Amino acid sequence: MTTTTLAVLVPLLPFLGAAAGLLLGRTAPGYVRPLAVLPTLTATVLAVLVAVRQGGGRAINAATELTPTGSVPVELALHLDGFAVLVAVLVGLVASCVQIYSTGYLRDDPRYPSYAALISLFTSAMLLVVYSGDLIVLLVGWEIMGICSYFLVGHYWETPEARAASLKAFLVTKLGDVPFLFGLFALAADAGSFRITTVLGAVASGALDHPTLIALLLLAGVAGKSAQFPLHTWLPDAMAGPTPVSALIHAATMVAAGVYFIARLLPVFAASAAALVVLAVMAAVTMTGSALAALAQDDIKRVLAYSTIGQLGYMTGALAVGDRGAAVFHLLSHGAFKALLFLAAGVIIHAAGTNSLAAMSRMRDLRSRVPDAYWTMTVALLALAAIPPFAGFFSKEAVLGAAEHAAAGEAGAVPGSAGWIVLVSGLVTAILTAAYATRLWLLAFRGHGAEAPDHGPQPVVMNAVLWVLAVPSLAFGLTAGLLPDWFDGHPLTPTLTTSVLGTGLALVGGLVTYGAWRHTTTLAARVPLGAVAAHPEADAGVVEAEAIATHAPAYGDVAYAPDPADPGRLLLGPLHRHAAAGFHLDAVYSALFVRPVRAGAELVRFLDREVVDTYVRGAGTAPRWLGTAVRRAQTGNVQTYLSVLLAGSAVLAVVAVLVATRGA
Amino acid sequence: MHLAYPAVLSVLLFCTGLYGVLARRNAILVLMSVELMLNAVNLNLVAFDVWLSQAARDTLHSGQALTLFTIAIAAAEIGIGLAIVLAVYRARGTSDIDKLRDTAEARPGPEDDDTETAAPAMADKTEAAA
Repeated sequence: MTTTTLAVLVPLLPFLGAAAGLLLGRTAPGYVRPLAVLPTLTATVLAVLVAVRQGGGRAINAATELTPTGSVPVELALHLDGFAVLVAVLVGLVASCVQIYSTGYLRDDPRYPSYAALISLFTSAMLLVVYSGDLIVLLVGWEIMGICSYFLVGHYWETPEARAASLKAFLVTKLGDVPFLFGLFALAADAGSFRITTVLGAVASGALDHPTLIALLLLAGVAGKSAQFPLHTWLPDAMAGPTPVSALIHAATMVAAGVYFIARLLPVFAASAAALVVLAVMAAVTMTGSALAALAQDDIKRVLAYSTIGQLGYMTGALAVGDRGAAVFHLLSHGAFKALLFLAAGVIIHAAGTNSLAAMSRMRDLRSRVPDAYWTMTVALLALAAIPPFAGFFSKEAVLGAAEHAAAGEAGAVPGSAGWIVLVSGLVTAILTAAYATRLWLLAFRGHGAEAPDHGPQPVVMNAVLWVLAVPSLAFGLTAGLLPDWFDGHPLTPTLTTSVLGTGLALVGGLVTYGAWRHTTTLAARVPLGAVAAHPEADAGVVEAEAIATHAPAYGDVAYAPDPADPGRLLLGPLHRHAAAGFHLDAVYSALFVRPVRAGAELVRFLDREVVDTYVRGAGTAPRWLGTAVRRAQTGNVQTYLSVLLAGSAVLAVVAVLVATRGA
Repeated sequence: MHLAYPAVLSVLLFCTGLYGVLARRNAILVLMSVELMLNAVNLNLVAFDVWLSQAARDTLHSGQALTLFTIAIAAAEIGIGLAIVLAVYRARGTSDIDKLRDTAEARPGPEDDDTETAAPAMADKTEAAA
């Protein structure tokens, strides 16, 4: 088979799997698991094959036009370059891991068939986005991911948190998608085509009339999808979904789609210095703010969610300084270790029966209950904190190195200010990242207090997947020397200055957190805390749903726990309260958008009920009153009727005579 | 004979009939008053027929022909009318028109005039009619 055929099969197989899963889910439950796992696995194998065949050489382009679509043609096009094939491998790998993990995690879930089919559909959409060479086809995948995310976040729709979170995720990403659509149209209008190759050619020849406008419109969609400030607020709430969903959608793939999209169209963004500065500021605010918020969260998954936002900030930062190689490098390594972190967090939540770090810090020996999760999560957290030689170190240093280049003015068209913004915020975030990674590890695995509950060993599939993902988290960085051949050719190996600086800051952050923890951990014994799921023996998914549902009643908030033993509280000081609430951005949005919309809705309701309905009711009431009045004349006495008839005839006759005589 | 005499007589007859229809309470007398009105019309028809034929403009005597029709119809009408009155009298024991008010609108209560009260009233009426 040709590489093109293989590449077409990659998104097609999970799609067929999803369709079959949805159709056969009820009638043939025995086939659901193979239908979920096998197409995704096959697609992964094919993606690897495509990557090997493509080999980082010249981009493979193939297109077919199904039907004429008017002025600007829409074609089913493939554009396979080094970025596409490698990201597809990552998507396939993570999706396969998640599907395998889910067979254990949602073992007894009655809605597992539809869940697995949606995961497959999602995977297929992401692969479509990755391989597509046509912007409209890419948009199709983009929107399918949005709707799959909505369904999967709302998987536990019995809980109000999940319902609210799924709606929020959908609305916020759609808020970005509307300008995104306009941006695509504007881009196609300027370039005369939706094909990525043609668009890039037009950019290179300077045919783009409004690069800043287009870049900013597209940026809105990217901010929504990739959870960048100010449209990031949906991602922490989306943790109300099952953990594998968080791992696949909200860490490794969907949120990466935005970054990947910019990487594909980077010349469009690079054509406008203003757009790059906006991108840099967005990345800087996102990464520092989210890292501070991560330090204050109590829900282990929300820590990881804010961490995802921050790492995506690194990627957009790398794009802002014009180095898409570094961005996609970080995307790949982050996809691996963040999926691992989420999946391990799922195991921990199941074992501990709670998602609260405060409650975990009061459990002794949680790490010996889940040794696989303990070791793999340690690896992933080291990668997250960018400690050499783990994968995160290489990719993050590539980002910081690119920023340093740009700051020194060596990156061509990229403004130096963007370089400085990204470099400084990247270094500050490096401290904070190490701090919250250390805090997470210490609170989850170094707890004191009662013995952790023993629910027996975790399912084998769940643990096996963790080790599969631990390999790239550990060793992916070693490919830093090979990857430039697949990407643009910029060297991705760490430079000395940023490596020493970044690693030093990470160590500082980690050590300071350790010190704070030593200081505060003595308090833990004095303040008992703990809300543990009511059914610890149940399916992991059930335990998690219960843990999320009981967090707010037990601690007063989904993100916050009144725990004086939290080192984050000591480190952040008075900032802690605000960071725990995500710097009150939700409250700001509530004041700026939600309340005006509600007030508008109230007004419309008032107008409808009190004004419009008054007319409608009046139209009914007036004839009724008239009828009541007229009915009084119905006495039943025939002679009265006749008298009135006679009188009426007489009046008519008189009138007729009068009219006739006046006319005469 | 001048046309005015039969015409005035006919007006008087008609008015007597009209008064009877509107004012008498006994159904039989009302029917008799109707007959009076019809005959007033008949008188008119015959009188005008004669007047027109004197003027030699109408040789068909359509007025007289029409009078014959009216008499026939009046006979049929009075037959049916008396039969109805007889039936009503047998059912109700009276032929007083003032008391035969079944088609009257049910007196609404002070607060509601809806179908809730109208429906039982209708039921009463149908019972009474049967």
